[in-house]
Amino acid sequence: MHIVIIGNGISGISTARWVRKLSDHDITVISDETDYFFSRTALMYVYMGHMRFQDTQPYENWFWEKNRIKLMRDRVLSVDTERKALNMRDNETVSYDKLVLALGSAPNKFGWPGQDLDGVQGMYSAQDLEGMERHSVGLKHAVIVGGGLIGIEMAEMFHSRHIPVTFLVREQSYWNGVLAKEESEMVNRVIRKNGIDLRLSTELKEILPDENDKARVVITNKGEEIACQFVGLTAGVHPNIAFVKDGAIECQKGIMVDEYLATSVKDIYAVGDCAQMRNPLPGRRPIEAIWYTGRMMGETAAYNICDKPTSYNPGTWFNSAKFFDIEYHVYGFAPANLPETYETLYWEHPDGEKSIRLVWDRESGWIAGFQTMGVRYRHEVCERWIEDRAHIENVLMNLGLANFDPEFFDQYEKDVVAMYNKSTGRNLKLVEKRGLNSVVKFLKRAF
Amino acid sequence: MAQVDKSMSLANPHPHHMDWIQKVAAAIGGIGLLILFVAIFGVINNNYPLWLASALGLMTVGTLIYSWREYAGKPAGIKNNHVWFRSLTNIGLWGWIAGILITGFYILLYFFPGLFGYQAFSVNTSIPHGSDPAQITIRVENQQGQVYSTNTLSINDTIKTGDQFDEYKFTPSKIAHGSNRIIVGCKTGDDLYSFTYNKRTAEKIGDTNPCQIEQAELKSNSKLISLFDPLSMALKGKPASQWFLYGVLYTLAILVFGFKFILKYWHNRYQLVRTISVMFFQLGFAFLIPELLEGLNRDRPYFTLDMKNMWPLNAYFFQDWNLNGMLAGGKLGMFMLFLGIAMIFIISPLLTYFYGKRWYCSWVCGCGGLAETAGDPFRHLSDKSLKAWKIERWLIHVVLVLITIVTVAVLFSYFRNDPEGKLWINPTSFTMIVILLAGLVSSILYFNRKEILGNVSRKVYNGIHITMGVIAILSVIAWFTGSWNVFFIDSYQLRKWYGFLIGNIFSGVIGVGFYPLMGSRVWCRFGCPMAALLGLQQRFFSRFRITTNGGQCISCGNCSTYCEMGIDVRAYAQKGQNVVRASCVGCGICAAVCPRGVLRLENGSVDIKERTTDMRTIHITADEVGILS
Ligand SMILES: Cc1cc2nc3c(=O)[nH]c(=O)nc-3n(C[C@H](O)[C@H](O)[C@H](O)COP(=O)(O)OP(=O)(O)OC[C@H]3O[C@@H](n4cnc5c(N)ncnc54)[C@H](O)[C@@H]3O)c2cc1C
Ligand code: SF4
Ligand code: SF4
Repeated sequence: MHIVIIGNGISGISTARWVRKLSDHDITVISDETDYFFSRTALMYVYMGHMRFQDTQPYENWFWEKNRIKLMRDRVLSVDTERKALNMRDNETVSYDKLVLALGSAPNKFGWPGQDLDGVQGMYSAQDLEGMERHSVGLKHAVIVGGGLIGIEMAEMFHSRHIPVTFLVREQSYWNGVLAKEESEMVNRVIRKNGIDLRLSTELKEILPDENDKARVVITNKGEEIACQFVGLTAGVHPNIAFVKDGAIECQKGIMVDEYLATSVKDIYAVGDCAQMRNPLPGRRPIEAIWYTGRMMGETAAYNICDKPTSYNPGTWFNSAKFFDIEYHVYGFAPANLPETYETLYWEHPDGEKSIRLVWDRESGWIAGFQTMGVRYRHEVCERWIEDRAHIENVLMNLGLANFDPEFFDQYEKDVVAMYNKSTGRNLKLVEKRGLNSVVKFLKRAF
Repeated sequence: MAQVDKSMSLANPHPHHMDWIQKVAAAIGGIGLLILFVAIFGVINNNYPLWLASALGLMTVGTLIYSWREYAGKPAGIKNNHVWFRSLTNIGLWGWIAGILITGFYILLYFFPGLFGYQAFSVNTSIPHGSDPAQITIRVENQQGQVYSTNTLSINDTIKTGDQFDEYKFTPSKIAHGSNRIIVGCKTGDDLYSFTYNKRTAEKIGDTNPCQIEQAELKSNSKLISLFDPLSMALKGKPASQWFLYGVLYTLAILVFGFKFILKYWHNRYQLVRTISVMFFQLGFAFLIPELLEGLNRDRPYFTLDMKNMWPLNAYFFQDWNLNGMLAGGKLGMFMLFLGIAMIFIISPLLTYFYGKRWYCSWVCGCGGLAETAGDPFRHLSDKSLKAWKIERWLIHVVLVLITIVTVAVLFSYFRNDPEGKLWINPTSFTMIVILLAGLVSSILYFNRKEILGNVSRKVYNGIHITMGVIAILSVIAWFTGSWNVFFIDSYQLRKWYGFLIGNIFSGVIGVGFYPLMGSRVWCRFGCPMAALLGLQQRFFSRFRITTNGGQCISCGNCSTYCEMGIDVRAYAQKGQNVVRASCVGCGICAAVCPRGVLRLENGSVDIKERTTDMRTIHITADEVGILS
């Protein structure tokens, strides 16, 4: 059987690796971006000089041949679902027995005047990185449009090269659709502390060209003019499905898949950023353009391809990011706007760069979520508490178990408990501190 | 995409890299270095203390100011911007220049110390037939006949007619200033016949020489080394040797670059504590205490006094001159002997069980100390490929086997050489100890074979058993036949070659010289027998591991890139697997640079048997453990 995978990102490669583990099928992975799988999440570190591009590749080049995964550098122009064949740009038609679409995302463009000028681009692919590199020569000022995770990464990238940046954010505060007010404001502070010209509640209106059709000036919705030679468009991404959208495979925003990650056409699966769940699990969105869901979907799809029906279950929501030097962890439910029925406790370090937030159900006391800034929390412990519906007071007393900061770092759980005691008049004591032995005991006990 | 380029950078990625203060600081440090450099050519002939103080002071001040400007007051966080853009740290032109300069320095230091102005005392003897002197003696006296030091060497088959006795055996560098007579002679019965020389002029002033000692030369230090004489005199009352110069520069490097490292990782307390610890151990235990103790015990034969430097890193520990030195060294000697043995068999296994080998490799050890401080800018240059890992495992364990063989051989000859039986160990009991130890290693291996065979190939496993068997059998044969040499090879030749190849070339010339080319831990990773030994224990019997934070890893590769030991940390982290690797020195940098808070250095005994099999990111099955496929 010939399994063909379009896309060599984390989801396509995870599928390939797991199919190999589970079977002897022929595997071909097609991509027109790079010869080898690399980690998109590390693009910024290449630009900043922390890593070389080859360091972003999680597997050595011999890995693919050794595991009999055939790599093909080409673009798929269309899928012929009748004849089970792919029309390629450079090569002969490729036929498949089962097809996996792991197409990833593409940066959003909202029809801004000037959005296709030279010096205007997003930051998604290896080619985008090359573009940034090219445009950085002699760059005096950059404007970044869109206050998400990629926007702030781009700001940090230019900052590392001492290139002044203006950062336009539509919202009143950075990423406040996801972060609650306090955390969002913390990030605002950090952006400004790093010398970035952060302009909140500001949108791009148009980009004016110079005589060579290169970006010259950005005009905002407030009528401000910002001279620049580069405009970064980072207002989110959408599934990269242009070439399948109008074909036989059912699509909405993304490619529609059931819980087995099968599309509407038999023997075709979709995974990663481009897949849209018909029935998302509770607490999860239909399209989740993040790294680990791509990895888990790839694994799940491989099981289904190899006739071991397995439904996709990514478990409790979690994620992480880094805002300049502040790391961010979230487990479970910690939304920007808390519904009435929930209660939250927010502790912030006096230095304003560390915080711990707990969210629980007001009535039952069940813990619902954790969100930390500048403090590392342990995935398994938080997940276990959430899935076991641990009571907030039980969680508080054992909160040290969740701490994942390095040895000798201050532990703030006591302050969190004290804060809770103060606001509730309770008298809880912190019982568990950071440490592996108690964590392992806790995790084993709960099984 | 092109794979070859060091970085994809087209734009000049480092505008205003150095501000003017840093340029001045670099110049200040450069002047200090220049003073030492010109001293090599004998330009400086007076005011040694002043010159030395200026040289060291300028280098220190320059580096401190430079680091301060580089890091102080910057936002807390990882400071690896532009690392791969700089030619010094991306194996560019400056990297090669630095590599060649450091390598060159080591070659001169080890093999041509004379070029630095070091004057080894050399003597050519010709022992006539029939005279059969029992001993050759070097005495240092002052005019009043007061003895400063006496070195006596028994004549046995290692001393041949025409031998050059190197500084090692006679340690003439420990001849005090102020004494002006050197007596070299040989002893027949009770009569000492000798040459006498004026120490300053090396002129012969006396001659009763039935041994026909042909030539003996002594000059005092000159050029670069003489700059260090006053400091050496102040510390231990003896003029400097090239090793003293090396010790001073080495310690200084750890201190000033340690300061730089502390500023760089100001936000990370684990890094602070660890760095202060290596600085402390280098300054106190490796430098000041041994130098002072040596000064206090000037009339005793020399033995190594670095309490933290244990066998097998300290290959000298079980060599005859060191054992003799300790045995003749009074209370201090006994203390060092017992401490040395306790370190190997009790203290180090215990600490490694509790904390992993990091307690030594990145908290205490001097080699590690230099790698972590002066070597820090080069840590990302270590090779992460599977091939490098395979080479590493072979090399480092071969070195461990070598030093074991050398040590057994040297000890065997040593006990044979004790005719009066004044030692508590004789060839018989030593043979038994060797057999017991070999048996112990083999049985530990055998009883843990399940776990071990899950991790190493059967070839390696059998190889260890065979090595232990061969060592034991050869010891018995040697004991039976009354041979001097347990492995049919001259044990002194053996140790000489080990000292040359491993001690000098590998640990020094390559180990430090290749920092800018192969990363800061070349020696620790590929050559150090101590690391090999602690590594085996860490891998199979320690509470230490690096845990990974569930499914948070985004496979970015920062951890692998900055692992100085070339461990592909990401390969474990992206699977949610604990990192349990023999080579991990627990520097904690992978955990520091991880942008997603995925890694944590931890100790725990609860799940000690399952350290390597933990699987967290995989939500469907858990059979993805093998890392080599
Ligand atoms: C800068 C940046 C930072 C990020 N940081 C994080 C982070 O910190 N945490 C996190 O969870 N997520 C992060 N993400 C998101 C994460 O990287 C993506 O969710 C993930 O890479 C998606 O993987 P994928 O396999 O679905 O798609 P992709 O990695 O996009 O792979 C799709 C591949 O398919 C190829 N392809 C598409 N169509 C065709 C065709 N017709 N023919 C041939 N080839 C085709 C594409 O060229 C591409 O190579 C980041 C993304 C970016 C861009
Ligand atoms: S794995 Fe981490 S702690 Fe161990 S040596 Fe490498 S960087 Fe240091
Ligand atoms: S462990 Fe951290 S540094 Fe290493 S690959 Fe994963 S996210 Fe990157």
